[in-house]
Amino acid sequence: MERILVSGNEAIVYGAIDAGCNFYAGYPITPSSEIMHLMASLLPRHNGVFIQAEDELAAINMVVGASWAGARAMTATSGPGFSLMQEGLGYAVMTETPLVLVNVMRAGPATGQATKPGQGDVMQARWGRHGDQYIPVIAPLNPQEAYDYTVWGFNVAEELRTPVVVAIDEFIGHGREVVFRKRGVERVYRRKPSGREPSFGSDDPRIAPPMPILGEGYYVLVTGSTHNEYGYRDVHSFETHYKLVTRLKEKIWGNMDKLFKYRVYGEPGSASKAIVCYGSTCRSALEAWSKVKEDTLLVRLVTLWPIDYVLLRKLLASVEKVVVPELNLGQVIYDVMACVDTSVEVVGLNKIGGGIPIYPSEVIKALKG
Amino acid sequence: MVKHPSLKYMREEVLPTAFCPGCYNGIIMNALFHAFQELGIEDLRRFVFVSGIGCSSWIPSPYIKADSLHTLHGRAIAVASGVKTFNPDLEVIVIGGDGDLLAIGGNHLLHAARRNMDLIVILVNNQVYAMTRGQMAPTTPYGFKTPTTPYGNPEEPFDSVKLLLATNANYVARWCVSNYIQLKNSFIDALSKIRRGFRFIEVYAPCITYVVRREGKSAGEKLMELRRKCIPYKKYMELQEDERRDYIPVGVYRCEDKPGYIDRYREYVGKAMER
Repeated sequence: MERILVSGNEAIVYGAIDAGCNFYAGYPITPSSEIMHLMASLLPRHNGVFIQAEDELAAINMVVGASWAGARAMTATSGPGFSLMQEGLGYAVMTETPLVLVNVMRAGPATGQATKPGQGDVMQARWGRHGDQYIPVIAPLNPQEAYDYTVWGFNVAEELRTPVVVAIDEFIGHGREVVFRKRGVERVYRRKPSGREPSFGSDDPRIAPPMPILGEGYYVLVTGSTHNEYGYRDVHSFETHYKLVTRLKEKIWGNMDKLFKYRVYGEPGSASKAIVCYGSTCRSALEAWSKVKEDTLLVRLVTLWPIDYVLLRKLLASVEKVVVPELNLGQVIYDVMACVDTSVEVVGLNKIGGGIPIYPSEVIKALKG
Repeated sequence: MVKHPSLKYMREEVLPTAFCPGCYNGIIMNALFHAFQELGIEDLRRFVFVSGIGCSSWIPSPYIKADSLHTLHGRAIAVASGVKTFNPDLEVIVIGGDGDLLAIGGNHLLHAARRNMDLIVILVNNQVYAMTRGQMAPTTPYGFKTPTTPYGNPEEPFDSVKLLLATNANYVARWCVSNYIQLKNSFIDALSKIRRGFRFIEVYAPCITYVVRREGKSAGEKLMELRRKCIPYKKYMELQEDERRDYIPVGVYRCEDKPGYIDRYREYVGKAMER
């Protein structure tokens, strides 16, 4: 165990290196660039490959290529770059390519305010690609969690053969705190196929099929088009498409217990008021909750996707009022609305731009108001 | 029964190919397999083929028996760069069309060539977007009628070789499908003579369905015409400006053995380790 004082962005790099990351391709963008800077410095010294791509489209696709060549690969970006990477993310979902994508959220849309925090990419992280596709999204709230969940992200990506999005915002990315860096971090590796075992199909959809590494004689066919369990393109039949895409969904939603992480403060079942929060906003919300506590519940969504709606509904069963603080104009509030009765008052506490946080006093006011 | 020597490089179970009758993709495939054969390559287990979206992207996926990545439209070179930089022992070959590599993927082509990335890139120039029914592409000649240029293409086409010569690419060549032997020899150059850096081979292969047939010609007639039209680029340069319109310059424009990206990156890692 080593104590380091680092920003969230740097913590992510140390988490990645400790998780065995050995490939990074990226394109500079505020406020995520420190991730790229530190990777550029560390990877060549850690037997890894660092490449500055010509744009984010190239970056994500280089990561996909490296992952198939056997790398534990990642990239990092922010709003506009995240938009460009959606195409590659969709390809990674369809081809079941493990990778980690860090999105340091800033105030959008478009170029927006590059140096200011935001939480406006929640829906984009979930639904930014076309077609039916699902990607785990995790939202740490401080540099330590940024470190821990980057490690977690690599392991989930490898185990489930899926891209994983780690979503922090500028507050966490640039905020410096003490991080405990672990020695001998547990690493999960993808399973290679034995013999002619199919690499795009499995009997149990919750288990990812084995993944060959290029150049080892498997003669793998990788395609973003609909394919059967051996990778052969089938762009006509209903059965192949249905089987593939429902399996890809089940691989994520069927692993809810593994993927859905949350924290509860207070007494579910009796509290009449609740705060539902995620990411940096939780820091203010927790401060507010510690001052109110009585009759108040705080549910922190660590995982932003997939969401266990049944569980969330149970947690919020007794409440009459829910406050949802977000650094956007309301995105997770719709999850909350879906999980409470129409009689429950759901209040959004929203701020955007200017780098101004939601203050604990405002959360308390919203709870009381 | 004696098997065709090319079959060992192919996935027999997916034959016949989906290409239109008379499609020149077969000539390119055969020239490539011929090159493998002459070099004594028995199987393609150390080869990775990367392609994007388009008719020529179907050459490797699924027909070539090697690891192949059939990627997004335009992104083949980016994916290939990721594969090659992570595992330089693999021979990575990109096969793509003019729309794929020059339009939607133009930026990746330019920057991979600038880096002298250790890839072999085969650009199959069929002059249109054939898979989507023959719309105007960045290589469509001025005045040519397509579904998106019904009154004749108002734009000038790219000359991919001129573009590539402005970069650090080690090897730049253009051949036509009518130059079978020279094309095969260029593949041999790229596979054995120049073993590093960016090796770019444009193959001029007009789409049989949306170019040749629109001109009212058969595949054979067009090939005979191309045999006459494709002339060595030095001869082409001697022609008057107005005579050039009827000819296509071909040949090996550049053949150098400068260090590629992989060499440079190894050097860079050396510097990193000294610090």
